[in-house]
Amino acid sequence: MSAKSLFEKVWDSHLVCEQTAEHPAILYIDRHLVHEVTSPQAFTELRQRGLKLRCPERTFATMDHSTPTVPLAADGSPVYASEASRLQVQTLHENCQQFGIELFGWDSPNRGVIHVMAPELGLTLPGMTIVCGDSHTATHGAFGALAFGIGTTEVGHVLATQCLLQHKPKSMLVTIDGKLPPNASAKDIALSVIAKLGASGGVGYVIEYAGEAVRSLDMEARMTLCNMTIEAGARAGMIAPDEVTFAWLQGKKHAPSGIKWEQAISQWQKLRSDKDAKFDAQITLNASLIEPMITYGPSPDLAMPVSGTVPKPIDEVEQQGLDYMNFSSDQPLLGQSVDVVFIGSCTNGRISDLRDAARILLRHKIHQRVRMLVVPGSEQVRRQAEDEGLDEIFKNAGAEWRLPGCSMCIAMNGDQAEAGQLVVSTSNRNFEGRQGKGARTVLASPATAAACAIWGQIADPRPFMELPHVA
Amino acid sequence: MSHKKFTRLVSKTVILPQENIDTDQIIPARFLTTTSRGGLGRAAFYDWRFDADGQAKATNPFAKFEPESHQILVAGANFGCGSSREHAPWALFNYGFRAVISTKIADIFKSNALKNGIVPIEIPAQRHNDLMGRVAAELIIDLEHCKIELPGHWTESFLIDPFGRRCLLDGVDPLDFLQAREADISKFEARAL
Ligand code: SF4
Repeated sequence: MSAKSLFEKVWDSHLVCEQTAEHPAILYIDRHLVHEVTSPQAFTELRQRGLKLRCPERTFATMDHSTPTVPLAADGSPVYASEASRLQVQTLHENCQQFGIELFGWDSPNRGVIHVMAPELGLTLPGMTIVCGDSHTATHGAFGALAFGIGTTEVGHVLATQCLLQHKPKSMLVTIDGKLPPNASAKDIALSVIAKLGASGGVGYVIEYAGEAVRSLDMEARMTLCNMTIEAGARAGMIAPDEVTFAWLQGKKHAPSGIKWEQAISQWQKLRSDKDAKFDAQITLNASLIEPMITYGPSPDLAMPVSGTVPKPIDEVEQQGLDYMNFSSDQPLLGQSVDVVFIGSCTNGRISDLRDAARILLRHKIHQRVRMLVVPGSEQVRRQAEDEGLDEIFKNAGAEWRLPGCSMCIAMNGDQAEAGQLVVSTSNRNFEGRQGKGARTVLASPATAAACAIWGQIADPRPFMELPHVA
Repeated sequence: MSHKKFTRLVSKTVILPQENIDTDQIIPARFLTTTSRGGLGRAAFYDWRFDADGQAKATNPFAKFEPESHQILVAGANFGCGSSREHAPWALFNYGFRAVISTKIADIFKSNALKNGIVPIEIPAQRHNDLMGRVAAELIIDLEHCKIELPGHWTESFLIDPFGRRCLLDGVDPLDFLQAREADISKFEARAL
């Protein structure tokens, strides 16, 4: 048997039909995650064709994108930003009822951003194929799953047949050697990888992350890294499962248990690239050189160390990007006045992210100019944070502590910045207008974002980290 | 969705030289709260076309073009990157576009476009540069032979997903195709699960 990569192992074990000259491969899908924005048209299609859901037990839904994160009204009802948002959520509700899909809705203690919620419940397991009508499905690759975003037409295909027509992507190995400095995070690795590959450097590939620095990341950090794979244009990011993965999964609601758990582990241990596995491309980074990063242009690959100076634009496009951001080349970003800080999203809305931010904010107030939103990635994260008293740290600092949701990551639930405002965001995209029309977004880690909130300026988080802190 | 057949398109171009035009530009997220596919043409490139008060912008790059006669969008590299929203091709289709040309088109967008009656075409930088310099050039896109022609100047072949192309040429629906494989799917489930 020839040597296979992790990706090939998962791909091959889900082939219903091989690719031929006439048609792409037919790939079986283990988990289908559904949310309110990219699904309604797919359900309509099913209804129009008189089709049933093939595997309700493989399909799970939550609401997160257009769902409000402001407190519920006095009567306990959610306060939607628009009638259209309310209708969209209600439509999901009705569709799930009609087709027999488990929905983690308003009444669920597990509701959350889909890529935060599913792993928490053990719905994401090594070796699975996982899809969702959302490009950050790549997140689930942190468990050694092959997980990628699909369009609404494909959502319909999976609902009806549990299968997808797929061309086999190419594979890329991204090795991150060395030790990550304690004051840098997975977000800083992700931004460094994207800066190195460029926004389209990964197009056509599934990336496997490997190397000492990746092995030493905990599961939440691995999810952050895989999450942003799409920002380099790649379809999916994967990390081979190991003891860290297994320890994290054990006891999760939908993870196997008892004898099944033992069996699963022995299967999962095989999910690693064989020694001689071939990759279509490879790059290597040295983790020990990674510093806290920040983006300076309206594309996630335009990233640099937070203490750096904006590089000279390489072309007119980059110049236009800088103009939009109101930055100029050769200027440092440290000291740039910040209006909004957003901590949350499926990139950095997990408990470890909130702890990172809280550690910096402890005994500090945010700058009076700054509006800071802290949005937990899920109800579970929210409960955990409240148990640990993190919500109090945020509120005492002057930040808004919100209900879970995508919030300002995509700014379609009413949470958004105003034109011209500079937002330091822990989310994954900084495109023009992503966080509100004319809003200028820089991406950074939770620690960096928290430091910026305190200073009211783009700031380096490292000085805060050097202070001895009382747990 | 079952398609109308697409075999050949003769139309003029609209040029957007910007690179990395992401799907947030093609359709801003605030227009995603719909529950049907139709009517999204209004939202296509909304923030490029209209200002905060909904007034047409002087800089609107689409102002001079009739959607009926300008069905080909020529854009800078890495078109359609970002969010996987299929609303992007829905909006472009509804606005009137039937083909997108660039040197590089983002993966998910490419596959979403093909499923929604828009032909994504990647051409070499030199041809692309040539098109960039011509306002509203008329092109012939021949999907049967995978050729794009600037009449009187050049003809270039392009690569396109053969299955997506077949579906467009014959009006075949991929879901029908998948459903016809039911026996294979059941066999897989019995064997592997
Ligand atoms: S948090 Fe942002 S990236 Fe993640 S699922 Fe929500 S909108 Fe998408």
